Amino acid sequence: MAETTSIGGPGGKFPATCWSAVLAARSDDAVERTRALGAITESYWKPIYKYFRIRWAKPNEDAKDLTQEFFARLIEKDFLADFDPAKAKLRTFLRVCADRFASNDAKATRRLKRGGGVAHVSLDFESAEAELGRAKISSAPAHSPANMDDFFEKEFIRSLFGLAVRDLREFCESCGRQVHFRLFERYDLEDGGPQRASYSDMAQEFGIASTDVTNYLAFARREFRRIALERLREMTASDAEFRREAKALFGVAPE
Amino acid sequence: MSWISDEALARLQAASALPDLSGTRYRIVERIGAGGMGAVYLAEDSVLARRVALKILDVPDAAGELAARLLREAQILARLEHPGIVPVHDAGTLADGRAFYAMKFVQGERLDRHIASANLLADRLRIFQGICDAVGFAHVRGVLHRDLKPENIMVGPFGEVLVMDWGVAKILRQPSESCDVSADQGRPFSASGAAPKMIRTAHGAVLGTPGYMAPEQARGDSEKLDERADIFSLGALLQFLLANSGAPPRLAAIALKSMAADPAARYATVPELSQDVSRYLDGLPVAAYPENILQKAARWAERYRVAIVLVLTYLLVRALMLLWTRR
Repeated sequence: MAETTSIGGPGGKFPATCWSAVLAARSDDAVERTRALGAITESYWKPIYKYFRIRWAKPNEDAKDLTQEFFARLIEKDFLADFDPAKAKLRTFLRVCADRFASNDAKATRRLKRGGGVAHVSLDFESAEAELGRAKISSAPAHSPANMDDFFEKEFIRSLFGLAVRDLREFCESCGRQVHFRLFERYDLEDGGPQRASYSDMAQEFGIASTDVTNYLAFARREFRRIALERLREMTASDAEFRREAKALFGVAPE
Repeated sequence: MSWISDEALARLQAASALPDLSGTRYRIVERIGAGGMGAVYLAEDSVLARRVALKILDVPDAAGELAARLLREAQILARLEHPGIVPVHDAGTLADGRAFYAMKFVQGERLDRHIASANLLADRLRIFQGICDAVGFAHVRGVLHRDLKPENIMVGPFGEVLVMDWGVAKILRQPSESCDVSADQGRPFSASGAAPKMIRTAHGAVLGTPGYMAPEQARGDSEKLDERADIFSLGALLQFLLANSGAPPRLAAIALKSMAADPAARYATVPELSQDVSRYLDGLPVAAYPENILQKAARWAERYRVAIVLVLTYLLVRALMLLWTRR
């Protein structure tokens, strides 16, 4: 019987500090496990879809089916039972699973009519396909393992940041700071090449003082960072892993 | 969800990496270093119009353990007021939740890089004695450094020597009990100055750098560590400074005595070690190198070579004059 699983789970937009979806996904508590798997799916479905499309050169429809089935099985079956956070990162584990899943695709197709017998996960493939099209224009990744590592990691960061931007918008709206978000969107998210607006241009455009632009942007960036880190923490199993990932995520690597 | 281009992704990563200094007196100038738990930035203190170095955690530390470690490091620096130890000016938590402390911005270069330009043995030994002064002072104040190595020594443009990075230091003597900076846990770091709760390092935790770490430290006997663990590291530093300089046997012996596997066979205190180096520089016998009569004579001759040459020259001239007058 097919059923729809909502992305993000019932945990709300701002998970409790230190909550780890990686650990909770192996919990005996079904509610906790569902919430955790929802969070993992939300963060990883786009990277996985794009990975099937690029690494495995799957056509659009096949990649959609594979992604659906991959996450449906992740949610329904005890997919993460083999995952040991002490030995590998969740990202590495999921990528290896995706490879195995794609390589067994033909067998799986013969054995099981795709979509039958597993839960249905609602995923917005159109947006993922559009993103892929735009990304491919700027850089078509070569299929070497190292490049695919980088590709998968970058798409994970893009997915995580995308979710953090969405959360930030909702947060700013909830506390009446829409201008802060619009400034952040305009200055940090929009591409303008060398002709990017200056702070004084922005002040003029938004009808505020230049110092306000500085302060509003600082607020939005601070909140963005906080939200992104909270989401990243969910995807890690320990403080040490979280710190390593945060360094990689924000480009602060030890010298 | 809006599309984030590669360009925007890089911009967000860069913007998010920078600490949020809003509401503080500091403005970032540039990032000048990084360590295991944070980065060091050169910053402008807008109130005092001077440059300072800010050590800032990479991430907000919800559990408080890292923040507590950083605060403890700042507190240790604050209690070690010495020309050879970088002074701390301020400590607190930034608006983005990251703990920081401000210290003097030290211009200079790390010892491992500076060594190439310090060709004279006397210059290298002067640097070593500067390190000994700072470490000896810390010991008197009840603090072990535990990670002495060339990368943690700065040499300034005027030859000043500073011992840096007290992040894994151990307080030997507290009013109540000893504690390890490296394993403190407790309340999150706050600008209010509340001291974090402290716990002992778990027995068996190894902190330090191989090659510069005493055997007892490498074994994780943190409870048994005392000043002699730092003396081992100082011996390793002396060996580093003597490398490729044709070190005399007496200096090599000082380094070896400092690095004895048995702590009881090392110098008991840093001043003892430093004094042995001073005695070498003054041409006096050193405790680490027992001499036979020939070695004593050679050292004596070396020490008084100028006087000996003058006396011999005088005697030669007198002899020549005598010969001249008798002709």
